[in-house]
Amino acid sequence: MKIEILGTGCKKCNELEAKVKQAVAKSGKFVQIEKVADLQKIMAYGVMSTPGLVIDGEVKSTGKVLSTAEILALL
Amino acid sequence: MWHELSGQFVFETIGLEGRLADAIHFFIYDTIKIWFLLITIIFGVSLLRTWFNTEMVRAYLAGKGEFTGNILAALFGIITPFCTCSAIPLFLGFLQARIPIGVTFSFLISAPLNNEIAIAMLFGLFGFKVAAIYIAFGLAVAIIGGWLIGRTNAEQYVLLDVPALSGDLHVTATQSSFTERLREAWNATYDIFKKIYLWVLVGVAVGAWFHGYIPAELIAEYTGGDAWYAVPLAVLMGIPMYSSAAGVMPLVEVLTEKGMLLGSALSFMMAVTALSLPEAIILKQVLHVRLIATFFAIIGIGIMAIGFLFNMIL
Repeated sequence: MKIEILGTGCKKCNELEAKVKQAVAKSGKFVQIEKVADLQKIMAYGVMSTPGLVIDGEVKSTGKVLSTAEILALL
Repeated sequence: MWHELSGQFVFETIGLEGRLADAIHFFIYDTIKIWFLLITIIFGVSLLRTWFNTEMVRAYLAGKGEFTGNILAALFGIITPFCTCSAIPLFLGFLQARIPIGVTFSFLISAPLNNEIAIAMLFGLFGFKVAAIYIAFGLAVAIIGGWLIGRTNAEQYVLLDVPALSGDLHVTATQSSFTERLREAWNATYDIFKKIYLWVLVGVAVGAWFHGYIPAELIAEYTGGDAWYAVPLAVLMGIPMYSSAAGVMPLVEVLTEKGMLLGSALSFMMAVTALSLPEAIILKQVLHVRLIATFFAIIGIGIMAIGFLFNMIL
């Protein structure tokens, strides 16, 4: 499984990254986490409001910091 | 009710009188009133926002013609969240969906201008009428400004090559329960309030001091009164004040109370929210300076026109 966090480096993007790491640790699954800062790539996902959360190539949320529980539910 | 309570507290419980008492009374009353309104309005807007996101707005605007598009984009600017850091993805995302550049600018003007903090502060400090005037003319500037930018061949000044989005615009509609939305809205409100409550406090404190100690003649003199240069000056002074709207607006309230004309005050507040230097610097990564200058000039002129108009008719 691969999780991508889309964001150009704003505060919320870092918060989301931290939450994702927590959720992954809790789930105990083997997950690859990647931060995507390249605008062209973010555009390609059709995301405009960062941070965006992409799991296995599918956009799960945009523009908000999900809670650990919400991310766990998506894993 | 708060007015009486705060008055009673200052004049009777502590037993203060004179200018100091006036200033303290004003400070307590204004702070509580504005905090309350900020929380209420930000919560309302945040809740409404859980049903909208920029991706949805884009899908809706795609394919709309120019004028209608400008109007819709300006209206959407009121409810969609906007922060300077998302200006570029937003701008490119709109172009990607082949939304006309003028319509994109209508949105880009309206979103920061009609932000929930500014609206809440205006409503709290100046009342419903001024808040409505501000929103109405803010929309007018966004619609006409965006339309005018669309007339200038602005596309050639976009520095990046933006490929059209392939396939349909998929919208990730969030299916949340109402309780989840309430919780989300409350978190958003808490985040925003945490960022600005101190600014409000400082702004109101300085305003209270003005209120109690600075004579009206002085303010009328320094804000230009009805001199012709009052409005342009107000706009110039507003540009570097971005993101401190929460602190600046209580001051403006006192200034108008003491003789600054409402038109100059409106121009100033619109310049604070709409003309943001950090935003311009961020947009410079994808737009030619000439287009940013046009963007600033058109909004600046629009805002000044509103100022002059109101100074004349009020």
